[in-house]
Amino acid sequence: MAEQDSTPRDTHRQDPHRQDSHPRKASPDAKGRPDGQAPADGVVLTEEQRRRRRSRSVAIAVVLGALCVLFYIVTIVKLGPAVLIRPL
Amino acid sequence: MTDVASRDYDLTAAEERPLDGPSYASVSDYVALLKPRVMSLVVFTALVGILRAPGEVHPVIAFTALLCIAIGAGASGALNMWWDADIDAVMSRTKRRPVPAGRVTPGEALAFGMTLSVGSVLVLGLLVNVLSAALLAFTIFFYAVIYTMWLKRSTPQNIVIGGAAGAFPPMVGWAAASGGIGLESVILFLIIFFWTPPHFWALSLYKADDYARAGVPMLPVVSGPDETRRQILLYTLLLVPLAMSPWFLGMAGLAYGVVSGVTGAMMLALAVKVYRLREGAPAIKACKQLFGFSILYLFTLFAVLLVEALHVPSWLSGLGI
Repeated sequence: MAEQDSTPRDTHRQDPHRQDSHPRKASPDAKGRPDGQAPADGVVLTEEQRRRRRSRSVAIAVVLGALCVLFYIVTIVKLGPAVLIRPL
Repeated sequence: MTDVASRDYDLTAAEERPLDGPSYASVSDYVALLKPRVMSLVVFTALVGILRAPGEVHPVIAFTALLCIAIGAGASGALNMWWDADIDAVMSRTKRRPVPAGRVTPGEALAFGMTLSVGSVLVLGLLVNVLSAALLAFTIFFYAVIYTMWLKRSTPQNIVIGGAAGAFPPMVGWAAASGGIGLESVILFLIIFFWTPPHFWALSLYKADDYARAGVPMLPVVSGPDETRRQILLYTLLLVPLAMSPWFLGMAGLAYGVVSGVTGAMMLALAVKVYRLREGAPAIKACKQLFGFSILYLFTLFAVLLVEALHVPSWLSGLGI
């Protein structure tokens, strides 16, 4: 059984041009585990990690949004009120 | 540079977590990397620099400058925590910081600090002016490289020279508002510069064991508590007249002169108390009093300068104040 399982993977690795919609599953294990022992879904986050990643993502989004607003306002300030007084 | 990956962090103080796996860092951990309490003092002194600078500055530009100075100060704090994680882990005051506690990896702290450093300097340069951006870049470099990486572990004069980093914010604020560097901004710089040694040495006198355990050559560890007490007194004797100099030089009003005189006398009295009381609980209490009051002293000086910059009541103006 072990030999049958490993055959398709070995064939797959020898063909670098083959398109694969799930490259992570077929790629060599970065931690050097023997074939067949690598987790199929890659790194699995715990619930706590998932929650904290989400809070970090929200914080980054808020900061980026605030920067956009700041840059817009500073641009208007630097252009000055005269920007509205121009021929149409 | 030290290989951070090989550093031996003490994870026993907090939750043990792998340093190379997915991040456990929360938003509050990243906020802690910015050293918010230090940042608040930086923001306050920079605001005084902005408001006392000659000329008019648009409130939005002033806010942008203040934001960049705050972020730049926070970034240097993050770089400091990245570099000092090994000694932070063995000191009671700092062992719960995000990196030594294992909640933020050293790489995350480094990336966070570098990103904010570059970002704050770029935005300040593009939206405010180049001089203030250059000063901010130098401040971050001075704190992260000159103080943290070099002086802190090599000389007992670490906080004397490194104190310059904390003294730059009002000068950066002044440059952001006026585009130049005036005499008053230099005086504001000097006040914070000479305030830093008595402030930190008062702390290090009752935290000397911590610094010794971490191998940081603070003055009490290298030269002993008696020499530290002498140095605290000498620096305070220089600080008090320097803090009154804005009034002597006509840059501040009588209110500032009175407040700086009274609080300076109290600061000096506490420094003398630290110098005289050398044994037991009263000595430690005196150090804590000086440390606590020194923060209030600096805050009060800058608060009066801020109030005078914002508004001088007409009845005071009528009196020539």
